[in-house]
Amino acid sequence: MDRLVFLLGTGLARGAVLALFALALVLIWRGARVINFAQGAMAVVSTYVAFEVTALTGSYWLGLLAALVSGGVLGFAVERGVMRFASPRSPLSGVILAIGLVMVLQSALGIAFGPDYRPMRVPFDDSAVLVGGVPLLSPYDLFVLVTAVVVMVVLAVLFRWTSLGLQMRAAAFAPEVSRLLGVRVSRTVTLGWVLSSVVGSLAALLLVPTSLGLNPHATDSLFVLGFTVAVVGGLDSPVGALVGGVVVGVAMSLVTGYLGAGLVPIAVLGLLVLVLLLRPAGLFAAAAARHA
Amino acid sequence: MSRPQRLPGQRPLARTLLLAAGWTLVALLGTFALDPFRNYQLALVAAYLCATAGLTVLVGASGQLSLGHAALMAVGGYGYALTSNALPFGGVARFVVALLAGALVSAVVGLLLGLAAARLSGPYLAGLTLAVVVALPAVASTWSTVLHGDQGVQTAFEGVPDALRRVIALEQWQAMVAVVVAAVVVTGLTVLRGGRFGLRMQAVRDDEVAARLSGIPAGRVKVLAFTASSVAAGLGGAVLCFVAQAVSPGAYTVGFSLLLVVAVVIGGLGSILGAALGSAVVVLLPWLIGRLTAGLPTDAAQRLDGNLAVLVFGLLLITVMALAPQGLHGALTARRRPIDEPVRTEEHTKVLVPTEEQR
Amino acid sequence: MSQRSRSIPALVATALVAAGLSACSTPEASPGVTDDTITIGTHTPLTGPAAAGYSSISAATKAYFDYVNDNGGINGRSIEYVVKDDGYNPATTQTVVRELVQEEEVFAVLNGLGTPTHSSVVDYLNENEVPDLFVASGSPQWDQPEKYPWTFAYNASYIVEAKALATYAQETWPDKTYCVLGQDDDFGTDFTTGLLTVLGGDGLASTQTYSVSVQDVVAQIGAMQAAGCEVNFLATVNGFTALALGTAAKMKYRAQWVSSSSGGDYPTLVGYLGEDVAPLLLQGFVSSNYLPFSPDDEWVTLFQQINDEYNGGAQFSGNTVFGMSVGYLFAQALAQAGEDPTRESVLDALEVGTLTGNGIVPLSFSKDSHAAFEGVGITVVDKGVQDYVGEVFTTDAGSGDVVPFTGEPVALEGDGIPTA
Repeated sequence: MDRLVFLLGTGLARGAVLALFALALVLIWRGARVINFAQGAMAVVSTYVAFEVTALTGSYWLGLLAALVSGGVLGFAVERGVMRFASPRSPLSGVILAIGLVMVLQSALGIAFGPDYRPMRVPFDDSAVLVGGVPLLSPYDLFVLVTAVVVMVVLAVLFRWTSLGLQMRAAAFAPEVSRLLGVRVSRTVTLGWVLSSVVGSLAALLLVPTSLGLNPHATDSLFVLGFTVAVVGGLDSPVGALVGGVVVGVAMSLVTGYLGAGLVPIAVLGLLVLVLLLRPAGLFAAAAARHA
Repeated sequence: MSRPQRLPGQRPLARTLLLAAGWTLVALLGTFALDPFRNYQLALVAAYLCATAGLTVLVGASGQLSLGHAALMAVGGYGYALTSNALPFGGVARFVVALLAGALVSAVVGLLLGLAAARLSGPYLAGLTLAVVVALPAVASTWSTVLHGDQGVQTAFEGVPDALRRVIALEQWQAMVAVVVAAVVVTGLTVLRGGRFGLRMQAVRDDEVAARLSGIPAGRVKVLAFTASSVAAGLGGAVLCFVAQAVSPGAYTVGFSLLLVVAVVIGGLGSILGAALGSAVVVLLPWLIGRLTAGLPTDAAQRLDGNLAVLVFGLLLITVMALAPQGLHGALTARRRPIDEPVRTEEHTKVLVPTEEQR
Repeated sequence: MSQRSRSIPALVATALVAAGLSACSTPEASPGVTDDTITIGTHTPLTGPAAAGYSSISAATKAYFDYVNDNGGINGRSIEYVVKDDGYNPATTQTVVRELVQEEEVFAVLNGLGTPTHSSVVDYLNENEVPDLFVASGSPQWDQPEKYPWTFAYNASYIVEAKALATYAQETWPDKTYCVLGQDDDFGTDFTTGLLTVLGGDGLASTQTYSVSVQDVVAQIGAMQAAGCEVNFLATVNGFTALALGTAAKMKYRAQWVSSSSGGDYPTLVGYLGEDVAPLLLQGFVSSNYLPFSPDDEWVTLFQQINDEYNGGAQFSGNTVFGMSVGYLFAQALAQAGEDPTRESVLDALEVGTLTGNGIVPLSFSKDSHAAFEGVGITVVDKGVQDYVGEVFTTDAGSGDVVPFTGEPVALEGDGIPTA
């Protein structure tokens, strides 16, 4: 029983990060109908920025700020500089451009920083609080959870109640009509990329300190997991991303704990196949459709 | 094929076969002019060509993008290796049976994946196939009694047959075998695409709803296209295993899978000649870059080695996709056109789509 | 038309093959050797997800060779070291090793790194009779003189290390609960096999595994904590050693950690954990090693000088010592192979069994053994310094006994440049 509680707690903290990353994928999907395969590579670039800024200034928070800013700048640059060239008629050209971007970013980081893992610090105690002898969440895990929830709420407010949010949704669903109605579609698409890149960077920045460390490939598995979460939750649904993140995080933790770590990638694949075959639009598609 | 009237772009079967035989002969003769390392590189190109030809037909003709073709190659490789090790006899017979087994296993896996793929649109399928190739090492270590984990499966050494040993070196023999298998794969795919099935694939790619309305079983066409592509990749993997005498999950990574996409895109999506050119670029460019960085100081060479090739591939991928979606194949054919007749993307890629009247 | 054009290349090819065969059968014309140079090569991961930590090894070997070359080389020949990146991908290893042998025409392949990578080329190298020296992997498979006459191991095998560490643990912490965390490949299974040989079939209370593709060991460490493990053996690479210790600290789980040399390098672990917390987390950390590593050791002092002068003062770690020691052993083999070394004469020099290397136990090379080190010493970290504690054990990779070793480590001679 203790073990189950422990595994659930671990899975919850990991799931929150996955949810944030999936949310970044959802944002671009809603904004531009593209799955950004370069999300992980872009996020690792801004994490390197954060690492360097923290190393220079000694402040975690300045590093965090730098990561968010550089994430936004990168999102802007990628949309204007690369993704604009994607053919609107072929969904594949966006995927292929993003793959090219992954290769460019990861190899450039490899040339600039080398392959070694760099340790990252967090400003909170990251040792778990014991509850009844069972190690539960650490203060850092709580920070991650709270951050994830706050970001979700802010974005939900933005999309549902602000004019900008409405414009973004309109531009994504019916770009031609929106343009006729005076929405500057091009600008809202760019904004979607910026927002998504910021959220993705935040997710990577929160995850990397709990893993081996910072390396050009640090987010490789995060992308596959985040994609799975987004698909499980439904690519259109921010709420789905949150619930999907928790589902996948806890499932991973239980598989590792009871079956072995080696089975995790297979379990993820199985979950992905199952959801795609049974509910291709995701578990939360119906609810999302109502809100949209 | 029996109809005398052919659709535009279709070739008579006899001409396809003749052309294939001609090219194969040229390639086989070419092996005599190459040193062992060049022949080894030729064998790699031929093995990659099996997979990229399958991938380019899948993407170009049916519009499905797979990021998991490396995993399908691995499936063919494991099928080949395990069968080869289990067979009681040796020689050419063992090679052929093992090769067919590799094709069969990759057909089964491709069919299963294709069943899922048929229900998915582009980006979803790309993500799913990515998850497949990511899970490959875990599959190998979970069933390690058969697949031997990260170590992979080693196969017995297949030397040059006795009759040819005096004239042909080992690497040349391997290159010849690889060329013949690649020729069979490419011919098969060309015939498949040139026939009625090819037209159905394109109809489904261009407008699935319209295709269904005109009585084409779109789902079945997509499953078959994925299966055929998977068999091609599996044969490529089997040939690689024949050349390398081993198959292991570390050889079929996400990076390699993306490299296959690079080959297909820079060659020109949908073009088999492009796939061949792309495979050659993918094999030769890292080697060329390695030559260039060899003279640099240790630290710089260590950082550039490998990374620089990936950087160049990424830039190529973006540039080609953004500015010249026809790739190398497009550049070659464009030169043959009159200048006042510009190549238009839609026209070019959809030249085989039947119009109302033709149908 | 084809008849004619076919016969000419065929003739040319026949002539080339014949020339190649005759070249091979003349002993004094080994490839890669000229009057003043000898070219050797290696495959090692410099890029890709598995590259972390390894790139420093080949750089250190190269630095050592530069040092030797600046001091006149070996028998008047300078050593050219061609390093090829294989990204820890066995397919790429195949390509780059063929490139080394056929294009660069290297004399030998030195210190090819990794079990899955190197096992993909070991057949090729032996078929072509290319010396395959000092493989950087602890797999016992390199020590098969019958099957692989041209292949020689370098690392102490994982089994030897595990048997020695288990013996030390039994002596030092008797009646404690022993557990193991291992990589889910031959590294983990061989190491666990070695532990069970000493501890007995039920000697391990919990056997956990991790996969390099999942950078999270919370569940595994949790299971060890729940099983009441007190002494934990680690068959982990450096990154996962750091991850395991860091995770345990976060879970307020204190245990004695005992690591294989592959994941027990203190300076590398500090790189992962950070200089602030590493000395605390690693206090009392036990690891095996077979190369000089004491801070005041004369070899270490020499290697540090070479590192400063020829390696741009790169971070000095166990990998640096490893890379330079490999270089030293090759130089020694080359010096003993005679004025005009051939591939055969290097092989003979190794099998005669007179090479010393620079390890803390003697080398085991002979006609019947291609294993380098059949014994390891125990190191412990104390207040941020990793040093030997005096216990050295020798044993084999089978079920043989673990025997304390009382001999002296190999002493430094002649500025670390071997002579015949």
